[in-house]
Formats: sequence, C-alpha cells, structure tokens
Amino acid sequence: MTDVMDKPALKVVGTRPIRPDGVDKVTGRAAYGADFAMPGMIWGKIKRSPHAHARIVSIDTKKARALPGVKAVVTAADFPDLASQEFEAGESASNLRDMSLNVMARGKALYKGHAVAAVAAASPQIAQAALELIEVTYEVLPHVIDVEAAMAPGAPLLHDHLYTEGLDEHPAAPSNIAKRNRLERGDLAAGFAAAEVIVEGRYVTQAVHQGYIEPHACVCAMSQDGQAQVWSSSQGQFMVRTYSAKILGIDAANIRVTPAEIGGGFGGKTVVYLEPVALALSRQSGLPVKMVMTREEVFEATGPTSGAVVEVKLGAKKDGRIVAAEVELKYQAGAFPGSPVGAGSMTALAVYDIENFRITGWDVVTNTPKVAAYRAPGAPISAFGVESAVDDLALKLGMDPIAIRELNGVRNGVKASYGPTFRDIGFQETLAAAKAHPHWSAPLGPNQGRGVAAGFWFNIGGESTAAVHINEDGGAVVATGNPDIGGSRASMAMMAAEVLGLPVEKVRPIVADTASIGFSMLTGGSRTTFATGMAVTQAAEKIVADLKRRAGLLWDVPVDQIAWEGGAAHCLDPRKDVKPLTLAALAAQSGKTGGPISAEVAINAQGAGPGFGVHICDVEIDRETGHVSVVRYTAVQDVGKAIHPAYVEGQIQGGAVQGIGWALNEEYVFDREGRMENPGFLDYRVPVASDLPMIDAVMVEVPNPRHPFGAKGVGEVPIVPPLAAVANAVRGALGVRMSELPMSPPKVRAVLDSL
Amino acid sequence: MSKRTHISTTVNGDPVEFLSDPGVTLLDALRDELQLTGAKEGCGSGDCGACSVMLDGRLVCSCLVLAVEAEDRRIETIEGMAQGGELHPLQQKFLEHAALQCGFCTPGLLVASKALLDQNPDPTETEVRYWLAGNLCRCTGYDKIIRAVMDAAAELRQARRVA
Ligand code: FES
Ligand code: FES
Repeated sequence: MTDVMDKPALKVVGTRPIRPDGVDKVTGRAAYGADFAMPGMIWGKIKRSPHAHARIVSIDTKKARALPGVKAVVTAADFPDLASQEFEAGESASNLRDMSLNVMARGKALYKGHAVAAVAAASPQIAQAALELIEVTYEVLPHVIDVEAAMAPGAPLLHDHLYTEGLDEHPAAPSNIAKRNRLERGDLAAGFAAAEVIVEGRYVTQAVHQGYIEPHACVCAMSQDGQAQVWSSSQGQFMVRTYSAKILGIDAANIRVTPAEIGGGFGGKTVVYLEPVALALSRQSGLPVKMVMTREEVFEATGPTSGAVVEVKLGAKKDGRIVAAEVELKYQAGAFPGSPVGAGSMTALAVYDIENFRITGWDVVTNTPKVAAYRAPGAPISAFGVESAVDDLALKLGMDPIAIRELNGVRNGVKASYGPTFRDIGFQETLAAAKAHPHWSAPLGPNQGRGVAAGFWFNIGGESTAAVHINEDGGAVVATGNPDIGGSRASMAMMAAEVLGLPVEKVRPIVADTASIGFSMLTGGSRTTFATGMAVTQAAEKIVADLKRRAGLLWDVPVDQIAWEGGAAHCLDPRKDVKPLTLAALAAQSGKTGGPISAEVAINAQGAGPGFGVHICDVEIDRETGHVSVVRYTAVQDVGKAIHPAYVEGQIQGGAVQGIGWALNEEYVFDREGRMENPGFLDYRVPVASDLPMIDAVMVEVPNPRHPFGAKGVGEVPIVPPLAAVANAVRGALGVRMSELPMSPPKVRAVLDSL
Repeated sequence: MSKRTHISTTVNGDPVEFLSDPGVTLLDALRDELQLTGAKEGCGSGDCGACSVMLDGRLVCSCLVLAVEAEDRRIETIEGMAQGGELHPLQQKFLEHAALQCGFCTPGLLVASKALLDQNPDPTETEVRYWLAGNLCRCTGYDKIIRAVMDAAAELRQARRVA
C-alpha cells in the first residue's frame, strides 16, 4: 500500500475517455461564434477595399445612414488614431497602430479586402444594401505581391516610414523590407572550404490560409455606461479583451469577453478583426451587434501565412557530416510588418547539430492581408527548404535519408542553433521509430516515391490561471481561461481527476469568461496542455493538501500522517482506527472544516519541452494528369507524455494533412490587379477525405521532466515536416526535384513534359 | 425590403411555420428563424458540407437551398438525429473514436454519414471517403472520422442482424 502511494500509477492520464464537451458537439448543441444571438440585436457588415493598394481620398456615408433600418456607420474616424507602439502579444510582438489600421484602414487601403467602413442595420439584407450606398473615392496605386519583387529597388512602397531594421547601417531610404534578422555560429567560409560535397537549392512557397471551417463571428454589446460584453470565437478571450480595449482606447475593465466554442483556429484566431468594429457599431447604435464573416472575407481579410522564397546551401563531408549551412529566408508579412520569419530562422536548422551556419531572414511587406500565425508559424517553410536540401545531400552521397538525419541530428546536451541547450529531447528516438516502422521498408509500386523529413517546434509555456472547486457531493469543477479547440477540456479534466483521485466523469471542465478567471494567454504555441495543465495540476494539488488538512482536523492527526490515494484521505497513524475519508465525505463536512473547498493558481509556466517529428510519405504520380496522390503516410512524433492519446494522434493527423494540402494544392492565386482569384473552398482546395489515406500517427514518449505528467506541446510539430516529406517523395517518384509549392497537377505536368 | 413569404414545413418530424424573405437560404432560416443552429455555415457556397441537412430524404447543402423551397417538404437536421435520450450510433462512435476536434464540421459530417449508411450499410473505406468528400474537416485529417463511420456501420449491421 505504501509502495503504491509512493509511486502512484497513472489511472486517468494516458487513457482515452470521451471528451466532456463531446455530446454537445455531436448533437449540434454547442454554441460557436455565429450561433449566439441577443434580444434586440442588429447586424454589422464591413465595406472592403476592391483595390490591392489605394489612397482613400474620401468616404461619404450620408446615403447609407439615410437608409431605413441602418443604425450605425463607422470608419477610421470613429477609432482613436494610435501611436506606433510595440507590445508583447503571445508568441510575438505586435504593433498597436498596425493592428488598429488592419481592423480599419486609415488613409490607405493596403490589400484587396482591407476594411474601410462598417455599418450595422436591422437585418443582414439592409446592412448589405447600406454597404453599397457608402461611397469611397480611391486613388489607385501600384501594388506588389511577390516577396522578391517587393524587396527590389523601385517597388511600390506600402509605408513611407518603413526603414529596414537590423541592417549593419541605417538605410538611407524607406523600403518594403521591415527587418533583417540573422543567426550565425562558427566560420561559414571555413566550413564550406572544408566541405567535400555541396548542395544548393531555391525553394518557393505561396501564401496559404489556416482554413479553419468556422468563419470569424462575434456579438458585441456596449451599453450607455460604456460597459461592454463580447461573445466571440477566438483562441483567447483575454487577447480579444486586450486588443479590443487598446484599439478602441477604452479600459479592459469595461470589456467582458465570453468565449464561444471555436471552430478551428490554427493560429488564425489569435488576432481581432471584427470585435473592435462591432463594439464601435454597438457604441454608436446603443444596440447589440452581430458580425459574421463570409468565407470570401475570411480568405481576403484574415490569415494567411507567408508566401516565401528560401535559399539553402549545405556543405558536408563524404561521410555525411554537415559542416556548413547557409539559409536565406524571404517571407511575406502582408500589409504590415511581422511575418513569422524570426521563428522560421530559429527553427530552420534546429534539428541539426552544425558547427558553422548563417541564417538570414527578411520580413517583407506586400499588398496582401497581414499574415497571422499558422501552426508552428514560419517553421514549415524553412523546413521545406532545409529538409529538401538534406535529401539532395543524402542522394548525392548515396546515404539513407534517415541515416543522414541520425548522423547530424541533435541530441541532449547539444546547443541548439537558436541558442539554448537541448535537454530531454526525443529526436533520435523519433528517427529510430521511423526507421523501425514497417512503412520505411515496404516496397513501392510503379510511379511511386517515398520521402522522409524531420521537423521541429519550440512549444511554449506562459501565463495561465486555473481554478478548481469541489462540489458539495465530491465532484469538481475545473475552470481555465483557455478556449478548447482540439479537446483540451478533456486533458484538463483528466489531469485534475488524476491528482484528486476522481473518475474523470466527476470533473467538469469549463472555459471561463474574462471576468470569472484570472488572466491566461491564448490557446496557441502548443501551450495549453503544458502550461494550463500545470496550473490545473497545481490547483488540484492545493485542494489535496487542503483535503488532507481537513481530514487531519476531523481525525485529530497531523497532516504528515495522512496520505491521499484513490480519491480519499488515508490515515497512516497505526494507532488510529479510522476508515479512509472519501472526497465526497470530506466535501459533505466542509462547513465544519473551514468552508468551501476551492483553489486558484496563477502561473507563468516555464520549461515547455520542444517537439520533434519525422514523417514518411509515399506518393503516386498520375503521369497523364500530373496528379499526385498520397498513398501512405506515417507521422512519428515525440509527444512527451500523451495525456489523452486519441487527441494527440488527432493533432498529429490533422497537422500532417494541413501540411499535405500546403504541399500539393493550397495557394493564394492573384490576378494582375492583386485580387485573390480563389477566395472560396471550391478553388482554394483544402484536402478532402478522398484525397487521403489513413494517417498513421506514431507517438514516441520521452517525458518532459518539467511538467507534472511529462507533457510536451504536440499541436504544431506535425505541420512542419510534411511539405518536405511530400516533396521528397515526389522527387523519388519523378526523379527530379520540384522546389515550388504547391506541386499541383499543372506544375507536375510541366515537369513530366520536360523530361 | 421585399415582402416575406409564409412557409409551412416539417422539421425533424414537427410541423413548423415561419416567415422568410425570398432570398434567404434554408440554412439561415433554420438558424435565425427556427433557432436550429446545429447546421453551420462554413462557406455559403456548397463547398464545405457544414450545413448538410436532409430534404425529403436527400442530402443537401442547406446553404444552396432557398427557405421558400422548404414549403411542404420534410427536413431533418442534426438536432433530430439523437432519439430522445439516446445518441445515434454514429454520434456515439464519433465520441468514442475522438472523431472531432473543434467539432464545427461534426454536425454536417454526421448528417452526411447517416445519409450514406441509410442507403449503403456496408461501405468500403473508399466509398466512405468519396461520400464524405463534400464535408471539409480541417482539424482531424479525417482518419478518426472514417474509422468512426466504418465502426458505426458495422454496429448498425450487427444490430440489424440481431433484429
Ligand atoms: S455552408 Fe453550405 S456547404 Fe459550406
Ligand atoms: S473537427 Fe474542426 S473542422 Fe472538423
């Protein structure tokens, strides 16, 4: 018994219970952003720029205001003109002024779809009619979409005041290059001089969208005293509150944000688009305002991630040891600075232990929607370049592609390319599992090829609050401040149940609003199970300590003579003949032992374990149509300890499939005027069920000692390897490398024709 | 605005009446007039399947049907899928297989899967994949959804054999 108590085996963590919010979701009862309604609510819609780049000469809203049923019309004049101000926002810094200008254009429209005005009216139909009555006079300006064209001297300038940061000398003139960043180590020239084999490549990717199925939506109500309520689907109710308050110039205390269910985000819902506008419309009209984006608006005015150009040069010894690497990354930021090129640079070589390297990143503004985070922001793009080049190197050396990664791959104790020293990582284990997987040695059919690629993501921790309340019958409520995108309620309930010794069904997890729980950073960076899970665990541990104290009071025994096991207090004092006190029994007597049993823990979680993945992909090429189909796919990942293995597998499978879409189909296509030609799911084709095989998700569990249950973030790693894994497989099948994504049928046909 | 039309129809077995503008879709009427928000709008153009409902026994995208077309027809939505307190086997299997992450695509996928199993109780994996090709899911990679549908089909066949 004592033995068991010293080393309790996990009873809940690692199992696959049905998620607590599941029934609501399979019965259609769960309320997402657009499912919410309020009495007296009116409908808001946004007027958007038809031009990719234009000066706004004038906006005349008179006719729109005069339309019966119209209750409010706003333009940039209704928002404070904010000063440029950087502030920390989750994984990256944001500029307040840029954020406000993205929500509502002031002076210039910087992309097709940029908001220039908004109306709210008694019905969506009236609001739509009113949009057409708003007269905007534009002076159309030349635009630029392509990242290298935007960097070229003489390119149309988006911002007159943008001078490149991070250069050795302050530039004399403004440009579209917002920033250059650099990571380097060793002596690059000496490294290449010592190399016996060199490979080089230039890789191009297009902008792709996060493609969550739920369009952005909110209902906002500001009353005459300035107090506001917001219901919206986002990756962070606190993020919505902070940004909305700042953009409107009001106090966060005046805004209460209640999170709706969220229909996917993948990073794309870490930004506000509608909420400040709806609040401004509500303030003007005195009525609750509902806003829902159309799919076209989602494509044209939110997300995407960068299109990019990546150049990679690798030098190696004949035995396969990489001795020098040079990587150049040019990423589209969209209309305002802030592409994920920083993270793209930091992750580019993170899986390899290379003595001499230089990584240069360029952050470039273009006349496209401001990019938003997309699952492991920046990493899939740089990994596409590097992992393709590593594959070429293996080919040139006649080496097995997993063997070359084992030889050069990082291990514990290696100083990562981006700075820290790796501890408790599972990259080598992941490679070994991939090599041992039957997929790796299975025979290939005609026109088939096999590719492998590795990927890395930091994973983060950060600020989280969790509260645990014990119900009077001995069940528990766990409240956190993190929206549940992919099943995190289940993992929160499981971790609390594990500590408390309750069956998971007795724990009800809720996602609390901003007035009901302390601050929590958004759901992103693969942080929730790690960081918020840590807060949940600590809160539950506090409860257990309190329960032991209460049992001690009842038994008149010191706390150190009490153990908590199986959901009950056990007396270790052999002189006392008492039966264990269950949680339910203690809860029933709580009035006698100090009142309600509850605990709240607010932490800034440190020690997130980085994640590594290795993917194997088989493709088959249809030589007639140029169509590439993925015929087999295996994704291996070090997940730390899987709290709910089924949802971990789901993250791996989902991320892999998004990566496959990026590799094969997805891209923003622009016409000559800079307008997106495919802003719908018919033409922007995300993978559908019939495009795919089953995705074998293999979990390697190298626990993270800095998490109470060993968890590492798992959500982002799986989108990093697929671009290169698919590209390497296509290279195998075609015998030539395609270095431009997507490898869509016309491009594959062109390659086939040139053979 | 133009005059509203009076519509009488049957939704999940119940007679209902509502008023609709001529241009309003069945999806919007279900969601805004009847407060049946289980069917979702993901695209509004028939490309995502999140709004799937049954109309006179046929699977349709309710965003492509006008509300006025519902007159005298029989509509079934996700809200009618569980019978009383009992989940449909498909709903149960989706839960057991963790075949949902954000859950936004789930109502549409369930309605579409039920339509498939009603007419083809023993589909192959490929048949399931092609049938569900009109239902986008961005979260799951489809693997667990396909497994859940296959498993529910097996269970339904078993139940039929017993009966
Ligand atoms: S909303 Fe009807 S198919 Fe997408
Ligand atoms: S579960 Fe999120 S779209 Fe399918």
